Amino acid sequence: MPLPPQHYLNNGYGVKSWLLTRDHKRIALLYLAAVTFFFFIGGAFAVVIRLELATPAGDLVSDETYNKLFTMHGVMMVFFFLIPVIPAVLGNFLVPLMIGAKDLAFPKLNLASWYIYMLGGLFTLYALVTGGVDTGWTFYTPFSTVSSTTKVIPTALGIFITGFSSILTGLNFIVTIHRMRAPGMRWFRMPLFLWSMYATSLIFVLGTPVIAITVLLIAAERVFQFGFFDPARGGDPVLFQHLFWFYSHPAVYIMVLPSMGIVSEIVAAFCRKQVFGYEFVAFSSLAIAVLGFLVWGHHMFIAGESVYAALIFSILSFLVAIPSAVKVFNWTATMYKGSISWDTPMLYAIGFIGLFTVGGLTGLFLAAVGLDVHVTDTYFIIAHFHYIMVGGTIMGYLGGLHYWWPKISGRQYNEALAKLSAGIIFVGFNLTFFPQFVLGYLGMPRRYHAYPPEFQVLNVLSSAGASILGVGYLIPMVYLMWSLRYGKVAGSNPWGATGLEWTTTSPPPTDNFTQTPIVTQEPYVYPRVEGRVA
Amino acid sequence: MSELILPKRVYYTIFAILLLCTYLTWQLAYFDLGPLNTVAALGIAVFKSVLVVLFFMHAKYSTRLTWVVGIAGVFWLGILLALTMGDYLTRGWVN
Repeated sequence: MPLPPQHYLNNGYGVKSWLLTRDHKRIALLYLAAVTFFFFIGGAFAVVIRLELATPAGDLVSDETYNKLFTMHGVMMVFFFLIPVIPAVLGNFLVPLMIGAKDLAFPKLNLASWYIYMLGGLFTLYALVTGGVDTGWTFYTPFSTVSSTTKVIPTALGIFITGFSSILTGLNFIVTIHRMRAPGMRWFRMPLFLWSMYATSLIFVLGTPVIAITVLLIAAERVFQFGFFDPARGGDPVLFQHLFWFYSHPAVYIMVLPSMGIVSEIVAAFCRKQVFGYEFVAFSSLAIAVLGFLVWGHHMFIAGESVYAALIFSILSFLVAIPSAVKVFNWTATMYKGSISWDTPMLYAIGFIGLFTVGGLTGLFLAAVGLDVHVTDTYFIIAHFHYIMVGGTIMGYLGGLHYWWPKISGRQYNEALAKLSAGIIFVGFNLTFFPQFVLGYLGMPRRYHAYPPEFQVLNVLSSAGASILGVGYLIPMVYLMWSLRYGKVAGSNPWGATGLEWTTTSPPPTDNFTQTPIVTQEPYVYPRVEGRVA
Repeated sequence: MSELILPKRVYYTIFAILLLCTYLTWQLAYFDLGPLNTVAALGIAVFKSVLVVLFFMHAKYSTRLTWVVGIAGVFWLGILLALTMGDYLTRGWVN
């Protein structure tokens, strides 16, 4: 079976045809290359961190270098990989295809957002190669405004600039989903990935301006000594934390909501069933997006925050567990008596559900003020947010990348290798991060390059896991690249899945569809399997 | 979609009011109003931003959907301010 004669990948081969493209699918691939680049830079820092922590003494790098390593790891991974990765890559590729449109509402703005992202990335890379920054990705004041002598301003400007890329992407998705749905695609006929992208876009638009202005205030404070965060001049360092976490906590949901959307798609397709409680899953995305804006104070329980505010933030933080649990229960109920096939995307989806559940439940520990005081700034926190942001977001992203890879490339990857790497990643991830829960509970603080010898066994386990995880991440790079040339031609719908994206050719034509599709039924209508009870 | 064109005098009038408000903020800074210093400065700033949104950004002449988007932004700012002030105003409650 050959590839279709005309598709978006063979519509021009020159550099110009890529760098000036307005095709959402090509822009998605530009983002794919860029975020992968930043992922491996951030990953390289993680490797050195784990190597340093293999022994109790700080014997591989100096304490100053270690500070820069974990800062640049965090900045690269959070702002240049985890936040943009799913919306900018899979969202860009799939939103128009899933709603039956030719492109996003503002194709030029979409290309502009990629250039803005790259410009922000260049600022941050400049900061990196000219000495790095040592404030931690959280830029807490007064260290970032008064004490640090490293490249705070270029890094802050990089994050400020990149924020506009997120805002434009979110704006584009909101307008596209409102205005460009195919005839018959009502709101409750939309695939759940679109609901999650819509909820994510709301956070992009409402939250990103706050982090942009906050990091700009740091730059202004360093240059002009305004005193926003300086108590001696009427400012307050905790004000910075309020502003920072007002965005940066919802940013966790920017990372994980799209993954949840992917998991809904995969679970339905590989269980051959409608998603159980579709409306609840859809609205739980919006509920997470809204509630996520009300909980930021739980990052500041030990920062001098009022105990009354802490109580309110604690209660609100517990509330986020409700829509999150709705999703986990509904995916599980969808699988119940489904006709499950264990292809690679499904392995990632199952992995996501397990890891997200661990990350989410340990989040409840941190919402409880008393326990949070005990484990704040320890490795417990590191383990918790890596279970959400790596175990959740990256497992979902890899699941989605494998699920839609035949649509993106027109070719199938090596299934055996893909299953192997999914297994390696799951094992490597747990070996890396589970010991960190124990380390944190025992009192090992984060951001130290040396530690007492009694913590070494758990740290060695963690470092060993990190090396396994690193191999697991490299394998898909190899077989996905290999499949671009040698993979079996996939056909339009290799998984037999529902959804408009599967009704067009793989890879799709530049205009996505030869005719405007008409939607006549709910999503995920799979033929009923005999003898099964839905 | 047709583009709204307002008479130039509307823009000039708003511009003049904005300049006047800036002058007023400057002059007010010479008077010690006690706790009202910040309130007065922020009050004038809010008034100026409302004028910019209504006339320069054409919100006054826009659809209800645009109003919903604008109000949602202000509401979200309200969340930020309310919960942040909830911290500051209650810090002294525990001795």
